[in-house]
Amino acid sequence: MRYATPLGIFILMVGLLGYGLSLDPKKIPSPLIGKPAPAFSLASLHAPQNRITEKDFQGQVWVLNVWASWCVACRAEHEVIKRLSRQGIARVVGLNYKDKPEDARAWLQQLGDPYALSLMDQHGRVGIDWGVYGVPETFIIGKDGLIKYKHIGPITFEILDAEVIPMLKKLLG
Amino acid sequence: MPRLTLLCFVLFASAAIGAYEFESAQMEADYLKLTNELRCLVCQNQNLAGSNADLAKDLRQQTYEMLMQGKSPDQIVEYMVARYGDFVSYRPQLKRNTILLWIGPFALLALVSVLVIRAIRKKQKLRPPDAESMKRAQQLLANSEGKP
Repeated sequence: MRYATPLGIFILMVGLLGYGLSLDPKKIPSPLIGKPAPAFSLASLHAPQNRITEKDFQGQVWVLNVWASWCVACRAEHEVIKRLSRQGIARVVGLNYKDKPEDARAWLQQLGDPYALSLMDQHGRVGIDWGVYGVPETFIIGKDGLIKYKHIGPITFEILDAEVIPMLKKLLG
Repeated sequence: MPRLTLLCFVLFASAAIGAYEFESAQMEADYLKLTNELRCLVCQNQNLAGSNADLAKDLRQQTYEMLMQGKSPDQIVEYMVARYGDFVSYRPQLKRNTILLWIGPFALLALVSVLVIRAIRKKQKLRPPDAESMKRAQQLLANSEGKP
């Protein structure tokens, strides 16, 4: 009985610290979830004379995948994005982040291009507006233009099946 | 050692300002304060001023441009928090979800103080002597009576 209090405190602390260890400090919850998708006006990677804005996706459920040719994790994620695109549930848009257009085009030619549209954010300005701090990042935007989901880091096949596809199906009703 | 620390500060500071020219000393001071209080998101536990990560460079540039546009430091912090969350600030605003961060340490200190004071008081409380030791004490007193 004498040791009940210290033991209690000890167990509490172990629990708390254990929970702390299970968290990933690299994952910062986005304040953008539930907020309108930030406005942008960007040139298309394949047809630079065309400008694309967030209004082009009005009323649609779409996926924005932020990637770069210099990003190693994007290479690993690419097969997953290709499968998502093949399934044809929603439009998958690529945001090419701080990249050289020719490098980006070569990368897509070599590995396959899963994107319905590719946008160029050469200076990372749009990236800042979207709160991007590490590629790859993936957003899902709903019909109402609000950001519904964000994943930081590469999407794996498991995450695709467990989170991304169910979320898209839910939004498409 | 202090001299070395100072040197480090000077080097960091000059690395961070270097490229920028300010219209006024106030603006430069604001810039330094902001880049010291905003966190680099890629290389966590470094501020924008001390980091050479690409994103930190971009955010320094953004901070600089916003200052030049006449934005106040508060507006710039708000801009960053709207995009990256409270995490971006080393001095998060007092809000419902940051209140624990602000008052937590003081609450914990108060709680522990109360517990410690109570434990000490409890120990200090004197127990009345039991009958046997009372008798022994009286005996000793009786024996010593009259002696120096």
